[in-house]
Amino acid sequence: MGIIQFLFWFLSAIALTGAIMVLASKNPVHSVLWLIVVFFAISGHYVLLNAQFLAIVNLIVYAGAIMVLFLFVIMLMNLSVVIETRKNLWMKFAGIVSGGILFLIMISVVRSSADMVNRTAQLKEGNIGLIQTLGKVLFTEYVVPFEISSVLFLSAMVGAVVIGKKD
Amino acid sequence: MPIQYYITLAACLFCIGIVGVLVRRNAIIIFMCIELMLNAVNLLLVAFSKMYHGAAFAHDATSTTGIDGQLFVFFIMVVAAAEVSVGLAVIVMMYRNVHSVDVNFLNRLKN
Repeated sequence: MGIIQFLFWFLSAIALTGAIMVLASKNPVHSVLWLIVVFFAISGHYVLLNAQFLAIVNLIVYAGAIMVLFLFVIMLMNLSVVIETRKNLWMKFAGIVSGGILFLIMISVVRSSADMVNRTAQLKEGNIGLIQTLGKVLFTEYVVPFEISSVLFLSAMVGAVVIGKKD
Repeated sequence: MPIQYYITLAACLFCIGIVGVLVRRNAIIIFMCIELMLNAVNLLLVAFSKMYHGAAFAHDATSTTGIDGQLFVFFIMVVAAAEVSVGLAVIVMMYRNVHSVDVNFLNRLKN
């Protein structure tokens, strides 16, 4: 097993453990911290796939900005004390069973599709993930969606202020 | 790396996110599980982009096949950031009104 395979399995194990711990931990602050672990593992996968721009953006935007926002809101609400809610075991059981059934269907589709046999994702080489190539395409072909997303950001910012304002 | 491994990993993360949305009652954790699902899809898009690029790379080293997938990931991140800012504002307002983020209390539309 080469170093690439080892890194793949290692990062996958970290991502899955973190994702399960997001659900399992009672304290919302711990959930946020485990979700940051998941984002770091996914960024590691992006580096492995040589998508360096997305790896850095994932770290800055998700692990840096969005998760700080979550943490900030949780601390604002003082939710770190565990709130005792009504326990409905049947609903939990039904949720886990339906999620598991969906997972089994997806896995069986992946295993039985003839399209995906012998297709490999290219690792380490290929320069489409670099900022130079992505930026060229982003500012020529995709310049209109880029500008529209700036308008979206502005409206989201104004909307957040308007919704959160004490009236 | 075979593409099935990446699809399986993304499906695992996506299903964990779905189970989280169905099982947990805390609105903030439901929101975080939605972020988890978005990230699973992002990982899958990058893997497919590198799959198609790898097929074209064998013939022509300067081709940019598959670059669209990575740009879609970029736009998904942009939309997710906007969504988080508005959604957290909604959750804060909900907490101010009912002093709880438990979604079990939000069944007022029933009556």
